[in-house]
Amino acid sequence: MTTAIETGQTPEVAAPQAGATPLGRFVSDFCESRVAVGALAMLLLIALIAIFAPWIAPQDPYDLRQLDVMNGRLPPMAQGMDGQTFWLGTDAQGRDMLSGIMYGLRTSLSVGIGASFTALMIGMAAGLLAAYFGGFVDTLIMRIVDIQLSFPSILTALILLAVLGQGIDKIILALIAVQWAYYARTVRGTALVERRKEYIEAAQCLALSHRRVVFKHLLPNCLPPLIVVNTVLVASAIALEATLSFLGLGLPITKPSLGLLIANGFAYMLSGKYWISFFPGVALLITIVCINLVGDQLRDVLNPRLQK
Amino acid sequence: MLVYLIRRLLQSVAVLFVMSLLVFVGVFAIGDPVEILINPEADQTEIARVRTSLGLDLPLWRQYLVFLANAVSGDLGHSFAFSVPAIELIFERMPATLELAVTATFMGVLIGVPLGMVAGLMPDSRIGKSIMAGSILGFSLPTFWVGLMLIMVFAVQLGWLPSTGRGETRSIFGLEFSFLTLDGLRHLALPALNLALFKLSLTIRLSRAGTREAMLQDYVKFARAKGLAGKRIIFVHVFKNIMIPIVTVLGLELGSTIAFAVVTETIFAWPGMGKLIIDSINRLDRPVIVAYLMIIVFMFIVINLLVDLLYSVLDPRVRLAEAK
Repeated sequence: MTTAIETGQTPEVAAPQAGATPLGRFVSDFCESRVAVGALAMLLLIALIAIFAPWIAPQDPYDLRQLDVMNGRLPPMAQGMDGQTFWLGTDAQGRDMLSGIMYGLRTSLSVGIGASFTALMIGMAAGLLAAYFGGFVDTLIMRIVDIQLSFPSILTALILLAVLGQGIDKIILALIAVQWAYYARTVRGTALVERRKEYIEAAQCLALSHRRVVFKHLLPNCLPPLIVVNTVLVASAIALEATLSFLGLGLPITKPSLGLLIANGFAYMLSGKYWISFFPGVALLITIVCINLVGDQLRDVLNPRLQK
Repeated sequence: MLVYLIRRLLQSVAVLFVMSLLVFVGVFAIGDPVEILINPEADQTEIARVRTSLGLDLPLWRQYLVFLANAVSGDLGHSFAFSVPAIELIFERMPATLELAVTATFMGVLIGVPLGMVAGLMPDSRIGKSIMAGSILGFSLPTFWVGLMLIMVFAVQLGWLPSTGRGETRSIFGLEFSFLTLDGLRHLALPALNLALFKLSLTIRLSRAGTREAMLQDYVKFARAKGLAGKRIIFVHVFKNIMIPIVTVLGLELGSTIAFAVVTETIFAWPGMGKLIIDSINRLDRPVIVAYLMIIVFMFIVINLLVDLLYSVLDPRVRLAEAK
């Protein structure tokens, strides 16, 4: 903020040639990094695969009638009993790994995104409340946030899952509990700066309701940093879910996410059957790296200090 | 200062109390350990007898009070599975975890600081950029998958290093340590590297940023003007100054390294506290779960308290803000 003022540059005069609307400017700024555009394209592809998995996967990995134990633990590119090719090999039950990964992506992405967005909503509300009302509300909320952030995320999740038990709803709950504090802190920080500005004062002078000031005026101006934090936290939610599932604390075996697929392959690792763990891991890795790359570029684009 | 200290202590005790309540009530809501412990052919009287001997027939609030009273005197209950005090079981496993965490932290510093300094000295070169790309990858790679790949490459394909257990240990002051024997070191290598990966990426980033900042400072300019050799400036002046934030951050991170050791220990069958908690969760060994969580929460509260107090001693502004 101060840098922009000191150097006399405002975001408006920053790139006048690059598109008239804010959205156009945002898009053209984002496209400056080819790596980020590539990562975004890859992410869209992954999302499409996850959404359309039931239609494009070679087999339904949950349908036991389609599985044949005789096809178990085949290496990549191997031919099955019925002559079909398993491009990425099969696991112990004769499940096609490619299909398993497509369905696993579906679970991993929906758990990660679902948990992260719910945490966003809760954290946003808490952060806005703390910043707007200040005083006791602020102290109370931020004290809880501070205490929670002083514990590492995996420990909080571990405590919750040890307490709650397993299941898809429980892991989502644990992820929300881990992440809401990050959002709350980010929103509060931005909102504290924004609420001292004239437009908030003006809105208050018009005697608009608290709700309207908070949601119509304050909230939209706090969104940019929130979007950046959100991309990073979606990636970390996916990674954390995979880790917890790997440890056997996450999702039930009936609905394997990528983490569980990797865990299933662990037992066969020592006999050299690498593909059962390797390929789901690669899928997980590509997803996380792409999200982080997009997040990095978003941070650069949305950061007023870095605007040329 | 005294007021601040008392308030901070009270807050720590409150957090510990809330956590104990949460953990205790929560853990006791899952499963029935008697079904797992007892012979399936046992009759009702036998089950009732076991239930009474474990104190499971009391109402929950009575059980909690008994637990709390015992906990204050250092007794966190007996393990259902091993019939030894849970706290003993955990302290027995603690040296292994600490050894792993400390080795990983040192590995992160020893490899990360030189790489980060190189990246900081030539940020636009190909080497600098590839080091940074590597550190982004290090942040993105899920620890457990890297662990599997390490086993895959170094233990299965190449057969250079063992992948499970601690190997031969030697004891000092009654505690067993692996790093004193060659076999132990070979066993330590892969898990420590796995756990170090995240610290490594963090150290690279910190030392790169620190080096870039330090190179612009007046003391470096002055040292140059004095005619000191470039090597001496970098290895003595810059190095000393960038180590301050790195040591602070890594000290703080030690706690989270211990927490993340859960993953590494499970993969490499390292007999530490982390593996114990995962095994205990699967075994429904409630006293051990509760004891582990209480000890680790206690550890974190103490670490956080010390850090806060240290900051308020070093920086009076913190104290003033708290006193308001």
